[in-house]
Amino acid sequence: MTVLTMLLHIVVLVVVVLLHVAYATYFERKIIGRMQVRMGPMRVGWHGLLQPIADGVKSFFKEDIIPERADQTLFRIAPVICLVAMMSSLAVLPFAEGWVLADIDIGLLFIFGMSALAAYGVVLAGWSSNSKYSFFGGMRSMAQVISYEIAMGLSLVGVMLMAGSLNLSEIVRAQGDSLFGMYLLPQCVGFFVFFIAMLAETNRVPFDLPEAETELVSGYSTEYSGMRYAMFFMAEYIGMLMMASIGTICFLGGWHGPFAVPFFPPFWFVLKVYLFMFAFIWIRATLPRYRYDQLMGLGWKLLIPLALANIVVTAGVKALIG
Amino acid sequence: MLTQLFFGYCALMIIMSGILAISLRNPVHCVLMVLVMFLHMAGLYLTLNAEFLAAVQIIVYAGAVLVLYLFVLFLVSLRDEIRLNPFVGNVWIGRGIAIGLALALITVLPSFIPGERGDWPLAAVREVTHTKAMGLELYTTYLLAFEIAGLILLVAVIGGLVLARREQGQPPDHEGDEVVPPAHRQLDNNEEVRR
Repeated sequence: MTVLTMLLHIVVLVVVVLLHVAYATYFERKIIGRMQVRMGPMRVGWHGLLQPIADGVKSFFKEDIIPERADQTLFRIAPVICLVAMMSSLAVLPFAEGWVLADIDIGLLFIFGMSALAAYGVVLAGWSSNSKYSFFGGMRSMAQVISYEIAMGLSLVGVMLMAGSLNLSEIVRAQGDSLFGMYLLPQCVGFFVFFIAMLAETNRVPFDLPEAETELVSGYSTEYSGMRYAMFFMAEYIGMLMMASIGTICFLGGWHGPFAVPFFPPFWFVLKVYLFMFAFIWIRATLPRYRYDQLMGLGWKLLIPLALANIVVTAGVKALIG
Repeated sequence: MLTQLFFGYCALMIIMSGILAISLRNPVHCVLMVLVMFLHMAGLYLTLNAEFLAAVQIIVYAGAVLVLYLFVLFLVSLRDEIRLNPFVGNVWIGRGIAIGLALALITVLPSFIPGERGDWPLAAVREVTHTKAMGLELYTTYLLAFEIAGLILLVAVIGGLVLARREQGQPPDHEGDEVVPPAHRQLDNNEEVRR
């Protein structure tokens, strides 16, 4: 592949993902609106369809306010770290057979590494803002991400064991295209742990303690405004898309579906990803927030032991059968 | 050619960020410089086709260990810098010693002998992927060393638990472990992550 086609692919991927991010916010506001017996955005365009565009334009032209006592450099680069880390992990996602930018052997580990780096953006934003609300948000996020990253990593070890590879395309191929090949059934414990850890990793309700608006104003992003705030927002939604994609790839059989869709191979992949996105939003509209000690207790005392037991059982069964 | 350029860039960045990590004033900036260094070390591993090692370097060192350093820095929150009297009175004597050490190191360089060729040439590693090759070696040839490392880490985890318990005064009987201060809990996490 020449450099030029590679660049073209990257541009297409970034544009498509950003559009998805923009319309994921619309999707979320509409669904939550319906769940709370409201209409959601209705004014801009037909049924508010142009609302994300308007939001984007607005945040782009807002003044970028930097607090005087903030650590200037870190305050400026923190959202960039977040966004770059999230976006680079997009490169390894296989959207369909052969539809992947970088088909590397350690795809799954790469994604873990990048999500670990994205946590730095949040932590540094909290610290450099020089405000106690931001600081608390950053600290909480740090503790939460470290704890749940272990649970998430361990929950996917079962999948790695069954597929015998860390390459995401290989994992999808190993599941085959039948319904019973999907790892959802044999790895149901892993999926349970993964699903909860996924909510915690993306700082979503019921684990949105880093930006708990009732206690911390807006957590780590309190002091941010304009485009930098929007970057955090984009990073959060790309993170959701990422986690949904990993769930799809590792447990729901990736791009495979009941029948192949002509002209658009990633059809089933996108459908499954949006299933996850809907679950994210549904949970947000339904569940109250966890308390901090409950969050830590759940992670360390339930999810990690469960994931470890799952690894032992999976490895044992594989050793016995294979 | 491209690999050599990349190596040069990584090596340069490692040295630069290493120097900055010990010379910057703000401890948080120092930790970030160490982060930059770790990222470039991962880059070096990539030039050696050790992709698993590179990923683990980022996940464990950058993603867990350094974050805990940051945590400690934030919790300690040193407002003013501690200044100590220099060990060697005159600055120039210190610099002289440093240059002498560097010269000594450079003179030893020619006696460096590359190690023997192992059982895993590049082609073999590429064929089975680095992760598999490393797993095979780790769980067969080096099993004993691996188990010993695991045992040492287990001791560290238990040690962390014991330390955290003693802080409370009396042994907890009902829901007691909810009161463990976050700092100590994080210490435990650290050990767990390193395993």
